[in-house]
Amino acid sequence: MNRRVIFVFAALGGVLLCLPSIANNYVLSVATLFLFFAYTGQAWNIMTGFAGQLSLGHSLYLGIGGYASAALYFHFGIGPWAGLWLSIVLCGLVGSVVGALAFRYGISGVYFTLLTIAFAEFTRIGFDHWDWLGGSGGLFLKVTRRDQIDLLNLRGTPAMFYYVILALAATALALSAWLLRSRAGYYWQAIRENEEAAQALGINTFRWKMLAVVTSAAMTSLAGVFSAFYYNNLFPEQIFSINRSIETILGPIIGGIGTLIGPILGAALLTLLADGVTELVAALGWEVAGVKQLIYGVILFAVVTLLPHGVWPVLARKLKVSR
Amino acid sequence: MSVLLDVQGVSKSFRGLRAVGNVSFEVEEGAIVALIGPNGAGKTTIFNMVAGALRPDDGEILFAGKPIGGLRPDQVCALGIGRTFQIVKPFAGLSVLDNVIVGALRCCARVDEARAFASTIVDKLGLGSKRAFPVSSLTLPDRKKLEVARALATRPKLLLLDEVMAGLRSLECDQLIAFLQEINQRDGVTILLIEHVMRAVMALAHKVIVLHHGEMIAQGSPAQVILDPAVLECYLGEETLL
Repeated sequence: MNRRVIFVFAALGGVLLCLPSIANNYVLSVATLFLFFAYTGQAWNIMTGFAGQLSLGHSLYLGIGGYASAALYFHFGIGPWAGLWLSIVLCGLVGSVVGALAFRYGISGVYFTLLTIAFAEFTRIGFDHWDWLGGSGGLFLKVTRRDQIDLLNLRGTPAMFYYVILALAATALALSAWLLRSRAGYYWQAIRENEEAAQALGINTFRWKMLAVVTSAAMTSLAGVFSAFYYNNLFPEQIFSINRSIETILGPIIGGIGTLIGPILGAALLTLLADGVTELVAALGWEVAGVKQLIYGVILFAVVTLLPHGVWPVLARKLKVSR
Repeated sequence: MSVLLDVQGVSKSFRGLRAVGNVSFEVEEGAIVALIGPNGAGKTTIFNMVAGALRPDDGEILFAGKPIGGLRPDQVCALGIGRTFQIVKPFAGLSVLDNVIVGALRCCARVDEARAFASTIVDKLGLGSKRAFPVSSLTLPDRKKLEVARALATRPKLLLLDEVMAGLRSLECDQLIAFLQEINQRDGVTILLIEHVMRAVMALAHKVIVLHHGEMIAQGSPAQVILDPAVLECYLGEETLL
């Protein structure tokens, strides 16, 4: 990596660290959303980008993670820092059930993907009818004063939430980088590229695929916890919906699946794009229903068609850094 | 010499089609044994059963006295059997060196150890100048060598080579023969190879096993086998094999 690139990255990191003191609440909320997708994208990337197991049901882990911590807080007053462990364990367990079912019975490729969708869908339907958690009417967390920080209960200002998700996204980046250079990273990529050859080299592919799914699920659960306490409400229709799963994977797809920086870059581009399109439509006075989504869709289509491996691999080549 | 691999009366059918029928042979520790025969003779099927990719219908496979028939490929590898694939299966998105590191991680506890070990193997196979290349840029002969490098990186006691000479120019072929002899003699790696390139078979093999229609029709030293009437018969009645 050359010095200029390190400087750019350091500058970007510095801007992110200082952002709450220089930006207004609107910019901060956009940045929070960007970091949220950067985090979930990285979590998904471990399972799909590194290990090659395509999940289209990551809303499952967002939802279970969110509901577990929210329920502990709502019913028993147990704060999220204790509750997140329940979220992690539950999502790890659910992930291992999905993984074990699929990998034990040789469900792979698109059928594995269908299984991940199915789990998210029937969990959504189950939560719709679970009255203890509010059912389809939703679960609402007590909103407290927005100007005081109660870090213990994750109640507070937008800046507090911003720093929490910034820390999560940075930790996910460090974890991904470490995993990719470790035995797990080599084994996952080998499994992704050719499972039969990986097995012939002594890799217990079942065990390593399970590790990928459980790691990814556990990481995603924290995004669910964040989401629950940031928005103060949870609806099965929203948090378990396939739209959430698709939002999760768009960042890595645009940025570059299986790369370290891809999910973060993708999340940044998508967040900027969404807001940019909104501004554009308003400026041009094209306030027709659906036009925003149409422009957004066409741009996504163009990116995916022109850069099928994502933006980061191309950019990395230009900057002469490793992917 | 003790017997390292003992194949006892192994059979395998695919939907009623008998690919391998009641084949028995032994591979002595430290030997180089060649498995030859016309296309469809069942050579690769036997490899797949030894390597754990296929479960034998019948019979027993012993490795160092331990039954291995029906174990998973990774378990077989962990016992010390490395294999290459006839149709190469590289990790296409990874570099040459990273491909070999994946194999080296079987024995090396740390990634940097694996990298150093993989590096020496890549050098020995003449892929050193291409270590950072993505596999997708390699020619087929180089991919064959990569298969050997990757399998060897798992530090096998027994190396199964499935037609690694195919497509190599004669100079490259001689280099690979010399390399295989070296790892056999110096490192004591036992080798079982499937090979159509008779030059390699004659140069390497201590023993040759001939299969035809899934059955063993001859075994012996290379010089004996190529004069065997049954072997000549199965190779379309050719007068000589060489």
